[in-house]
Amino acid sequence: MTVRRANAFDLHVPAPRARPGDKPDFSDWSFPEPGDTPRPEVDAPAAELRDFAYGLIRVLDLGGSAQGPWAPRLGADALRRAMKSMLLTRAFDERMHRAQRQGKTSFYMQCQGEEAISIAQATALAPDDMCFPSYRQQGILIARGYPLVDMMHQIYSNRLDPMKGRQLPVMYSSKKYGFFTISGNLATQVPQAVGWAMASAYSGDGRIAAAWLGEGSTAEGDFHAAMTFAGVYRAPVIVNVVNNQWAISSFQGIAGGENTTFAARGVGYGVPALRVDGNDFLAVYAVTQWAAERARSNLGPTLIEHFTYRAGPHSTSDDPARYRPADEARAWPLGDPIERLKAHLVGLGEWSEEQHRIAQEEAIEIVRAAGRDAEKVGVLGVEGAHEIGSMFEDVYKDMPWHLKRQREEAGA
Amino acid sequence: MTSMTMIQALNSALDVMMSRDSKVLTFGEDVGYFGGVFRVTEHLQQKYGAKRCFDAPINECGIAATAIGMAAYGLRPVIEIQFADYMYPAYDQIVSEAARIRYRSAGDYTVPMTVRMPYGGGIFGGQTHSQSPEALFTHVAGLKTVIPATPYDAKGLLISAIEDDDPVIFLEPKRVYNGPFDGRRDKPVQPWSKHPASEVPEGYYAIPLGKAQTVREGGDLTVLAYGTMVHVALAAAEDSGIDAEVIDLRTLVPVDVEAIVKSVTKTGRCVIVHEATRTSGYGAELTALVQEHCFYQLEAPIERVTGYDTPYPHALEWEYFPTPPRIIKAMRRVMES
Ligand SMILES: Cc1ncc(C[n+]2csc(CCOP(=O)(O)OP(=O)(O)O)c2C)c(N)n1
Ligand SMILES: [Mg+2]
Repeated sequence: MTVRRANAFDLHVPAPRARPGDKPDFSDWSFPEPGDTPRPEVDAPAAELRDFAYGLIRVLDLGGSAQGPWAPRLGADALRRAMKSMLLTRAFDERMHRAQRQGKTSFYMQCQGEEAISIAQATALAPDDMCFPSYRQQGILIARGYPLVDMMHQIYSNRLDPMKGRQLPVMYSSKKYGFFTISGNLATQVPQAVGWAMASAYSGDGRIAAAWLGEGSTAEGDFHAAMTFAGVYRAPVIVNVVNNQWAISSFQGIAGGENTTFAARGVGYGVPALRVDGNDFLAVYAVTQWAAERARSNLGPTLIEHFTYRAGPHSTSDDPARYRPADEARAWPLGDPIERLKAHLVGLGEWSEEQHRIAQEEAIEIVRAAGRDAEKVGVLGVEGAHEIGSMFEDVYKDMPWHLKRQREEAGA
Repeated sequence: MTSMTMIQALNSALDVMMSRDSKVLTFGEDVGYFGGVFRVTEHLQQKYGAKRCFDAPINECGIAATAIGMAAYGLRPVIEIQFADYMYPAYDQIVSEAARIRYRSAGDYTVPMTVRMPYGGGIFGGQTHSQSPEALFTHVAGLKTVIPATPYDAKGLLISAIEDDDPVIFLEPKRVYNGPFDGRRDKPVQPWSKHPASEVPEGYYAIPLGKAQTVREGGDLTVLAYGTMVHVALAAAEDSGIDAEVIDLRTLVPVDVEAIVKSVTKTGRCVIVHEATRTSGYGAELTALVQEHCFYQLEAPIERVTGYDTPYPHALEWEYFPTPPRIIKAMRRVMES
């Protein structure tokens, strides 16, 4: 006979350790030391790689020196280029966030604190590898040399917007730069990246695909569809979970982060999964290179969890002071990615405070110049930026009769 | 009576129902501690605890499906889909499950859940924060679909939706959350406090589902509208000099066909307005109903003023949005033919 107890169950509703007014508290986390994690061969079977899903691959210590077997061999020139891309990304974000505040556009999203991820990965991937980003990987476009002014045209929905004013700001697209059109619907891009990788495997062109999504978005079914297909067909794809601790106001526990890591999702699908300090440029680079080599050697997919912190608001529509301590970003135990790469370069004797200051100013100047050019063309809301008829184009390849009629009705 | 915005009125409906009935609970993305990105669930977690108002993982399918399970158990869950544009992952659960469970179990199981979602454009939200997917629900047997246009109606209708024993899709016109925007962009939006329908009782009251409301009486023609478009239609009536009768449908399924027939029989002319795309939109259903019931009373072809059959654009939002001048044009055509 089953004995039932009244009130036997209690729903667990996860809650973060600190809310506004509390002291930031990251004391429940412990991390392996930089250099402590071994680097497996790229052809190691998934079953031997499980521990990597629960650890944290770190290369840079907080003093800036590179430790252990994951330390990549990257020349000083490449590191300085990456530093400049990170500074450019941060300067770009600052300006465009401000531009929204000044009413020049409707919306903006920064990637503050997460710059190392996009830029190290763009550095590790081949320029023609295909990226399926979320809205927080502007660093990829910047590292690949996409013109800043075109990004701004998109943000301003102006006459020269490559997306013809159709999309919300930051929803870039560029086939030429291997950057898939960004969707506002979370996680949809991840199984698409798997399909692209399957097509690449089918065609044998040697290019691999990579997708990005936030830790919050891993709850969506699309992520699990992606992992299933990637695992089943051993598609040459890298799935990147950017765990920046927050999904708008929900901390990562709401997506299941209290129970296990996000990398551990890979284990269940038999997909090798690595967890990496996302604020450590060198570690992200090394891990991405490992995964890319694995994919290129026809050994299939890799899941990477980038452990980081969303230092800014979710978007210009958000006010994080309402749900998390204001100084939580500053208390993040793994520091700021730019400061950490800077310390490394300075330690190598390949960079200085002075060079850093100049590079920062240069980045601001480059962004300012692009901003001037873009604003000359126009900001959001300038009359006549797009002729009304353009609204009806690209719905289909050929415009059907009913759209032609509606276009006429609209006065085009 | 207190003057409330639509957001406050919706919040009040949830508050009233949660305090009356321990079976009512609410969840969705950012709904708990934060109180929702539009703040409709503000303070409910503090007041009723995290087990009755909580954050959900970002999985609309899971949100809808767990609500179905709860409803089958006997609770009355109210879920929030953060934007109607994000309901598609939940669509299978809503269409194949929530809508049919009563029928397929011959009433053995039922799904008394309410699915709240902000919908509609006019906020420069681009194609993933602007859609009006009501026709995707009105087409589904087993679902009721409700769209309020004022704070007073929002509260009374939400209470009825929660009390209803069938699944109710409750679409909230987010463009009028904070004021009765009427499509006249050159004029500042009045706050709700200046609108009589912002006077909302603090306690319990219900507005029955399936009942339309005539918001402007007139003899020349009938305008059928719902949500934001009610206010736009009223502005069009005012600016046009045409003596239009404006009917706020409030419930799309089951629709108040009697109110529609009565008005069109009187005026003999009909203009239908919605923001959603035109082809197979809810206006097509209304057109069919009007011609079925009022064919011999009609003095002119029925006109539809709708969003165009394109995704919702960003820069050209105001060319897309059905504004009063577009409605007036249609009204004139109907008057002249
Ligand atoms: C299908 C879908 N549901 C909900 C949303 C609303 N939304 C936009 S961003 C976001 C949070 C995403 O968090 P996360 O995946 O962690 O990414 P992050 O913003 O932290 O980079 C939500 C809920 C959406 N865009 N798409
Ligand atoms: Mg996140």
